[in-house]
Amino acid sequence: MADKRMTEEEVVAQLESGMTIGIGGWGSRRKPMSLVAAIARSGLRDLTIVSYGGPDLGLLCATGKVKRAIYGFVSLDTIPLEPHFRAARQKGAIEASEIDEGMLQWGLYAAALRLPFLPTRAGLGSDVMKVNPWLKTIASPYDADETLVAMPALHLDAALVHMNLADAQGNSAFLGPDPYFDDLFCMAAERRFVSCERIVSAAELATSPLQSLRVQRWMVDGVVEAPRGAHFTECLPDYGRDEAFMKEYAASAKSPEAWTAFYDRYIAVDHKGFLAAMEQRS
Amino acid sequence: MSDITRAEVCIVACAEAFRGDGEILASPMGYISMMGARLARLTFEPLLAMSDGVATLTGFGRSEEGRLTQTAEGWIPYRTIFDMVWHGRRHVMMGASQIDRFGNQNISMVGDFAQPKAQLIGARGAPGNTINHRTSYWVPTHNPQVFVPAVDFVCGIGNDRARALGKAARFHHLHRVVTSLCVLDFETPEGSMRVRSLHPGVTLEEVKAATGFELAVAPDLAESRLPNEAELAIIRTTLDPKGFAAKELGA
Repeated sequence: MADKRMTEEEVVAQLESGMTIGIGGWGSRRKPMSLVAAIARSGLRDLTIVSYGGPDLGLLCATGKVKRAIYGFVSLDTIPLEPHFRAARQKGAIEASEIDEGMLQWGLYAAALRLPFLPTRAGLGSDVMKVNPWLKTIASPYDADETLVAMPALHLDAALVHMNLADAQGNSAFLGPDPYFDDLFCMAAERRFVSCERIVSAAELATSPLQSLRVQRWMVDGVVEAPRGAHFTECLPDYGRDEAFMKEYAASAKSPEAWTAFYDRYIAVDHKGFLAAMEQRS
Repeated sequence: MSDITRAEVCIVACAEAFRGDGEILASPMGYISMMGARLARLTFEPLLAMSDGVATLTGFGRSEEGRLTQTAEGWIPYRTIFDMVWHGRRHVMMGASQIDRFGNQNISMVGDFAQPKAQLIGARGAPGNTINHRTSYWVPTHNPQVFVPAVDFVCGIGNDRARALGKAARFHHLHRVVTSLCVLDFETPEGSMRVRSLHPGVTLEEVKAATGFELAVAPDLAESRLPNEAELAIIRTTLDPKGFAAKELGA
């Protein structure tokens, strides 16, 4: 059996500047933050990020890694607007490809199924079509009066997702309420990386509810054990969102000094260093 | 019942927006909107299906002591919600940072898209919602910054845009706009916004002054209805015992 275990740094070593990277989770829920932080402190740049956006996109904007963002929304949930993403947008620092959140799913699904596009009504008549001239419409071959958006496949060079449990081969379980679109992110990508709270034996993983084993080894190239790896986003049932930390993160957008202090303390260090900094904090 | 608050009138107005919906998913965004949908569910619209806000389809009821009870009815992760949106058995009540005369809604950004003055949350599911099923809006602050002649970015599509699409927009249906001041609908020949009822104590002149475009007025313009005793008891003891609704209105 293949042993796919690796570190955050080994994942980053497989990525390149200019890549299109999909990040799983939703808003500030079950985001692979230890992998995102590893990208944030790397030399990578000019990335296209595809995400149901939260602090993953914010952090990568704040560290200048993002050339283009493909998203339906960017939010910290309990703090509705993502301050670092807003700052990047309002400076005109990134190219924004804002689409309907259902179109985003469709784009990932088309890539997963190796189809050029999937049809949908979502987007028609809205300014999503105006600001994204790469999106085309198509007449139904069965009814020429029926116009649909031909949502193109969103092919990813790499996908990053965070799960509760995984085995060394990459079979993984989400134990919270929602799988989000993590399996689609993996299926849409050339290289697929899963971080998880704990790497367990195949026998222990098999005690998880069958329907929670959503991301499977054929979708996975690398597995990173990252306890609290989704922090400060929630990773239920292991932990909820760290609201106090999230406020600290949001406040770090207020000045360059505040950002530098936040970055040095929590992002510049590796995941072990981050856990130590968190230990000191509590 | 002279102590009925504006927030309570708004909750009832939001509830009324869901009247007649039957066994579909009601998706309210915002606190008063959510209270309204739950009130409808607990009274005159008992078949409404609702989420707990995460991934559980939840049956809402009242205990003997009047506490809100929640029973899981089904699993609705986001991908199932998306399926329901496109399936169409859903009525969403969204917010609006800007909305125009034909109900075009903006939650994306203010200014120029390439470099906005203010980046907001993003289009989210508004394009897909509006073209697929019944849509209402809840606006807790009725003012000319929200009710604008033209929105900066069309997320939820209005009646003029839907009309231009023809057959593709056949499931588009704008139903109500409930605000801090009044209830509006789109029942004019061109599908423009029309004042349907005024909340008690609000004048038509106030509403017009708070709106950045010309409003039609219903010939049978009424006062928004007050909660009855049973509804008031449900609002005060079960749905919003701590009175958070008033905070959403900035009271």
